[in-house]
Amino acid sequence: MASNKKYWQSVEELKEGSIVETLSKNEFVEEIPTDEFLGDKETLEASSTSRRDFLKYVGFTTAAASLAACEGPVRKSIPYVVKPDDITIGVADWYATTVADGYDFANILVKTREGRPILVMPNKEANGATNARVQASVLSLYDSQLRLKEPQNKKSFLTWDDADKQIGAKLNELKAANESVVLLTGTLASPSTEKIISEFITAFPNVKHVVYDAVSESGALEAFEAFYGIRSLPTYHFDKARVIVSVGADFLGDWQGGYGKTYAASRKPEIDKMSRHIQFESNMTLTGANADKRVVLKPSEQVFALINLYNYVTSSNLSSKSTPVDAELKKAANQLKKAGANGVVVTGINDKNAQIIAMAINIALQSNVMDASTTNNIRQGNDTDVAQLVADMKSGKVKGLITHNVNPVYSLASGNKFTEQISKLKLSVALSEQFDETASSTEFALPMSHFLESWGDVSATSGVYSLVQPTIQPLFNSRQLQDVLLKWSGNSTSYYDYLKAFWASTILKGKSWNQALHDGVFLETVSNSVSAKSVDLTVASSNLNKTTKSSKMELNLFTSIALGDGKQANNPWLQELPDPLTRASWDNYITMSMTDARELGFSNPVQDNGAINGQYANITVNGVTVSNIPVMVQPGQAKGSIGLALGYGRTQNLKDAMVVGVNAFPLYFNSKSIQTNVTIEKTSGTHKFACTQVQKTIAGRHDILKQATLAQVNDHSLDPKHTWNKPAMVSLNHKEVEANSVDLWDSQDRSIGHHFNLSIDLTSCTGCGACVVACHAENNVPVVGKNEVRVGRDMHWLRIDRYYSSEVSEVGSKEGKLTIRDFAKKYPNIAEKDLERQYAEKVLELSGGDLFAAIETEAENPTVAFQPMMCQHCNHAPCETVCPVAATSHGRQGQNQMVYNRCIGTRYCGNNCPYRVRRFNWFKYSDNSEFDFNMNDEYGKMVLNPDVVVRSRGVMEKCSMCIQMTQATILKAKREGRKVEKDEFSTACSSACTTGAIVFGDINNTEDTVSHLAKDKRAFHVLDYIGTKPNVVYQVKVNNTNEA
Amino acid sequence: MKIVENHSQLTKLLLKSFTFLLFFSMSFSLHAQDAVDSERQLEGRKLFKSLCSACHKLDKKFVGPALGGVEEKRETNWLKSWIKDNNALRASGDADASAIFDEYNGAPMMSFPQLTDKNIEDILYYTTVGDPKKAATAGGDATVTVTKEASPWLTRILIAIIVIGVLIITNLLKVISQLKGAPKTPGLVANLQELWVGFKRNTFLHVLLTIFLALTTAYVLFGALFQIGVDEGYQPIQPIAFSHAIHAGDNKIDCQYCHSSAKNSKTSGIPSTNVCMNCHKNISEVAEDTKIESMGFGKAELDAEIQKLYTAAGWNADNLTYTGKTQPIKWVRVHNLPDFAYFNHSQHVTVGNQKCQTCHGPVETMDEVYQFSPLTMGWCIDCHKETKVDLKGNAYYTKIHEQLSKKYGVEKVTVAQLGGLECGKCHY
Repeated sequence: MASNKKYWQSVEELKEGSIVETLSKNEFVEEIPTDEFLGDKETLEASSTSRRDFLKYVGFTTAAASLAACEGPVRKSIPYVVKPDDITIGVADWYATTVADGYDFANILVKTREGRPILVMPNKEANGATNARVQASVLSLYDSQLRLKEPQNKKSFLTWDDADKQIGAKLNELKAANESVVLLTGTLASPSTEKIISEFITAFPNVKHVVYDAVSESGALEAFEAFYGIRSLPTYHFDKARVIVSVGADFLGDWQGGYGKTYAASRKPEIDKMSRHIQFESNMTLTGANADKRVVLKPSEQVFALINLYNYVTSSNLSSKSTPVDAELKKAANQLKKAGANGVVVTGINDKNAQIIAMAINIALQSNVMDASTTNNIRQGNDTDVAQLVADMKSGKVKGLITHNVNPVYSLASGNKFTEQISKLKLSVALSEQFDETASSTEFALPMSHFLESWGDVSATSGVYSLVQPTIQPLFNSRQLQDVLLKWSGNSTSYYDYLKAFWASTILKGKSWNQALHDGVFLETVSNSVSAKSVDLTVASSNLNKTTKSSKMELNLFTSIALGDGKQANNPWLQELPDPLTRASWDNYITMSMTDARELGFSNPVQDNGAINGQYANITVNGVTVSNIPVMVQPGQAKGSIGLALGYGRTQNLKDAMVVGVNAFPLYFNSKSIQTNVTIEKTSGTHKFACTQVQKTIAGRHDILKQATLAQVNDHSLDPKHTWNKPAMVSLNHKEVEANSVDLWDSQDRSIGHHFNLSIDLTSCTGCGACVVACHAENNVPVVGKNEVRVGRDMHWLRIDRYYSSEVSEVGSKEGKLTIRDFAKKYPNIAEKDLERQYAEKVLELSGGDLFAAIETEAENPTVAFQPMMCQHCNHAPCETVCPVAATSHGRQGQNQMVYNRCIGTRYCGNNCPYRVRRFNWFKYSDNSEFDFNMNDEYGKMVLNPDVVVRSRGVMEKCSMCIQMTQATILKAKREGRKVEKDEFSTACSSACTTGAIVFGDINNTEDTVSHLAKDKRAFHVLDYIGTKPNVVYQVKVNNTNEA
Repeated sequence: MKIVENHSQLTKLLLKSFTFLLFFSMSFSLHAQDAVDSERQLEGRKLFKSLCSACHKLDKKFVGPALGGVEEKRETNWLKSWIKDNNALRASGDADASAIFDEYNGAPMMSFPQLTDKNIEDILYYTTVGDPKKAATAGGDATVTVTKEASPWLTRILIAIIVIGVLIITNLLKVISQLKGAPKTPGLVANLQELWVGFKRNTFLHVLLTIFLALTTAYVLFGALFQIGVDEGYQPIQPIAFSHAIHAGDNKIDCQYCHSSAKNSKTSGIPSTNVCMNCHKNISEVAEDTKIESMGFGKAELDAEIQKLYTAAGWNADNLTYTGKTQPIKWVRVHNLPDFAYFNHSQHVTVGNQKCQTCHGPVETMDEVYQFSPLTMGWCIDCHKETKVDLKGNAYYTKIHEQLSKKYGVEKVTVAQLGGLECGKCHY
């Protein structure tokens, strides 16, 4: 199965004679610029420095350096005056808390060292799931550049007392005149805060609370309200689903907060309960990439596809138009009908009527996946209210505005006019964590505490109450919203006391506060059944028919995995996180289909250093133009549509390096992610992408990962070793034997003590990137910046490779020729690796460019597979044998150990690594103003893990399998005089993985999950035939191709 | 102190008897002057130290009033009833009792109903006579015998060999030149000159000498370079003259009382100021004869050092309150491991049952702490190779020890056999 697929990483690779071929031969694509520091011949001749001078300098510097080295620095140790009881120096404390920044909501555990939060992990006991942004949020706490530090008004800094007085006076004035004031917040989902706001409104009846989500789900909220009478969202239990049909909903990304965890729970092939997931979409999203079947259609067609789907499922006849994918829709409808209550339809179209249709299908199916009785509270933004506010600001009806952690100046389509309107207000206050665009234009800017410095409560879904507790004293002179509002309402209680009293009376009802605080979550058992009202769908569909206008080119705005709504745009970890699909970092760009790109003249030529370039385009919607957006050719993008990520292009008070991309919010009219009537105009200039996709090439080893179908995996008559999980074979003494049974090296006895293995299930891995950021945080991995990423010097210890694949066999079968499987049967003597080429040449009569062209046609909508790749900790490691100084060696516990202080930087190991996972410190990345990221900042350095050394220039580094964590676990067991418990070992990536794709443990302990996974029938080692014997084991990716 | 060597037996005997005589006569005279019932005094002192000294001193006001000569101020019976149950005494309307209570801002004193009259009398006796006077040692300088430093015999043998070698060569050269028919030249200068000429002509000697010099230089240079960054004996001056000899040595305070995180954490932890104050709230001054000889610190200097602690902790020793104005102490770190080496105290102290002294040396004798061990990797590894781990009673090791001891055929495995030499155990 693996062999008839061709895996490829970039469009460029498909072209014959591509430079990618050459690149694959170089581990370090960028030449060392010796000319720069040694000079070329001419420069040397022109130089006035003679040989004698040079020797003098060398002599002097050597002498100076050795003299300086003789005297050790005097180090001070400053203990606490009064040590807090719960802190033991050198031992981490963990606190359960909750992130709720208006966009991301999760129950988390925070690791603190000596009172500093340094790591965020999902609170799995409280059903917490984190994405990359939540993992990175701990670094935003220490953002001394963007965070607001002191209360200030336009002119100067002021004390909180003065601010209270001045704002209080103005509020009273406005109250006396009964002039309207708006309190504009993001989604708070906090029961106690809502009460405080209502008390504030009681004190100031002229205040109106408007909830504003930068990226809105208003349509779904209104649709739910139409059916169930509450403005809320339903909860989706994807784990119960057998058939999932999504029309443009990126629910593995940010759609309604993301559902990666429950989705992955329904994708376990072992228990024969794997769901079938069909995705209809325009952009290539993370969800589409994971789907069993991905159908491409234009954004405007999504609306009709949804109505057609309704018609097919319920045999109704709502007015609609035909779409090019009706055949696929019919198939999907049949599968949905078959799945009945286990089927679900979701849509990402932010439109009340479209959402009504999707919910109507679920109601018709009596779907128990969509749970209307458990509401999802994490999106409450009201587009109508926000539009009203914008209108009232324009007309001057609103006299006062208080914003809390929202940035309308940046994120409103009419944001640039908003600044001017703010300046006309009698009172404008920004209660903000960040000194962002909005806080810079209001009269007062008051610093808010980060969630890691705050108390609070969150009810993300009904019946689940989470607590927010501070893990550090406020770094700056900040307060939190609740304290501010309590004070302004004339209530002198602190929010902590208020919260405790509120919880005691309304939530805990006699249960323990301390227990709830310890757990981070309190579950209330509620059982309320709701019934759907009937909604007139003909009205909905006719409205949709009226409002949906197709056009030649359409725009589908989306939020990227890394930046989301852009709140953490100044976070270097997120900026450097490559997009899961395009593998580009530090940028947003237009994604364009290959056909459109060819027609419009866009391409992404690969440079000889492995970097890719692009051209710019201006796009105009409704008369608004956003200029100079780079274009990225994206396989799988619907023809006639382009995608563009929101959240980029922020400028105010960001570090220079972080000012990247363009702001797409000016095109986000009426909070609709789909915009039609788009015109694209190519402009001049070359854009330099920081894209890692071509850099780590697979060097022609196209069998890098394995895929199988659900039917194959569950067909017990098939022997996986000979069918879908075939090991590579070699000829030994004229006999075919398994390649990894042939070995140059002697095997060591690894049965004593621990032997660590990491298992990665390619079926469960959605490619979300949470593990990449967790690895950054745990291992002090440096950020290198856009230019360095561009030349392939990114330092990620863990990367998630994305492979496109397209089957050549399908090309043949369409023309009624022999399929590749039959071909293989006919010529059993053809070696596995040659099969594809031979088939293409003999059966399809294709060769060279034609072969690539055939694949390219398929490449318009390729299958996607993600493969997290880190050091494989080979038992027979190629890197270890070539190190001239034995700086990398093998531990008895299976870890390939890298000793930085021993490394002299020859980079032989990197060259010899078949997995391309070794990273070289080309520069000193800490305390270096050239790399002005968190390691060059007194605050940013507080996030460093004290148990892991910060590497210096000139040494190699790589994944250590979190040896500091395994050693800590062992030591804990030793101290307590007990055995290591089942599944007690973990790494940063395995802790952060909420889909359960990454599992870590000890294979010598038969209780550990990983010891079974390592022997699973789906288990395989990447490139096992080279004989490296890795300790990282992968599980074959399974697709549910069952169409019936 | 003088170092007196090689006294004859007779002198020693004389000195000893003289000392004894002098001591005896002095103690006798003391007894004659002021007959102190030392039994009662010591009994009283013991009771006072255990029950009263947390709040009272003899000579100055502390939490409670100074008690030196309290018998002169109050009647014994009143004191007895006050000590046994001062609350009852106050409740009975005793004016004096109430006055004292008010004078100390209503801070109540503990009741001691368990004390017998005899106990109280002993305590009061002690408050009157005070601490037993130290008998002055007589005889001047103490006799200290110091064994001679063992001679570096190896060096001596080497030197001897070299000298003999030179002599032989000289003689040989002489003989050679004589045999060649050179006239016998009298005088040392001529002899040396001849030697020099002979040396100049002999290529073999040139080569030999060059090799010898090159090897010596390499050895010395290598040794010197290896000492870079090795701070064995590093003894920085600390901001407060804290003497481990007084605390851990004389007063036998357990190391982990102050360095409490050593058993749980990678760092042993420098105690926070509040740990010092656990004791120093009550100990505001040192005893009369306490001194740090090496630094020339006596009582006055040491009391000043305690004052530094009070400044740091923000403790007002006069009205016994915290002022809130603190000033963290900036200790100078003695043991500096480089960042790339991971060391965990709890692994060694709790799991490995190692004594602190194994690495830190006789800290309990150090007035100023110095780095006892070189803290080099070679030093770590040597210990890991030799140390057999006591794994008894630790369930973690049960299985692995069984397997390893079978594999290596030993009863107790060393740290190295457990994997303690792997790079990644300390470098990550």
